Amino acid sequence: MRVTVRYFASMREAMGTSSEVLDTAATTLAQLRAELIARGGSGAEALGTDRSVRMALNQVMSAPGDSLHEGCEVAFFPPVTGG
Amino acid sequence: MVAPNMLPGAGARVRIQEAAFDVAAELGALQAGDPRVGAVCSFVGTVRDRNAPGAAGSVQTLELEHYPGMTEKSIEAMVDSAFARFDILGARVVHRVGVLQPTEGVVLVAVSSAHRGQSFQACEFIMDYLKTQAPFWKKETTPEGAHWVDARVSDDEALARWGIAARNA
Repeated sequence: MRVTVRYFASMREAMGTSSEVLDTAATTLAQLRAELIARGGSGAEALGTDRSVRMALNQVMSAPGDSLHEGCEVAFFPPVTGG
Repeated sequence: MVAPNMLPGAGARVRIQEAAFDVAAELGALQAGDPRVGAVCSFVGTVRDRNAPGAAGSVQTLELEHYPGMTEKSIEAMVDSAFARFDILGARVVHRVGVLQPTEGVVLVAVSSAHRGQSFQACEFIMDYLKTQAPFWKKETTPEGAHWVDARVSDDEALARWGIAARNA
């Protein structure tokens, strides 16, 4: 399926882009994260399982096991520090 | 000069903007002549020139990033939660993004109610929620360079007292 992936803050800087459109075989957020790690590079380090990475699906905070669907918007970002 | 409460979108209860906010204008708009209001409580977060004790004057600028769309929706949901939990009459949140200097206002949370207790609590509730769940990120510039600010465990603990597990830090 095709998904849009967005990155914010330190994650955006590590990935070298704020967004990308991917064709993926992943069916969950955790699987998509694993696919991105498997690509290697600085993004792989930023998304590593030892890092605190938060995920959103269609702009709602989501859990690793949540399911992806065609055309969805996924976001990866570090813990938030607003206010 | 156009008054802040005349800016486009100024009537919305949640706003993300680069421009500075006028606290008096925001509080006035929140009350808006409602005779039921007996209390207006507000919190203003400002940019410090230090992020830790002993680090005097080290922060030169603070840059705030957000997730357009999600940030607004998540704060709207927090305000809805506040209305469900507390007996309040009105609420508004204004959060700035972009590059700010020490002493500038970053965030305003204001709540109105008939009596002070409910608006005090709702104001703290919204702010605790916002610190751990609203997608904003801070980047400090110091003489040593720029770095992203880490989430604090104490912010999660502040939210936990409302019975909400944050697990953000």
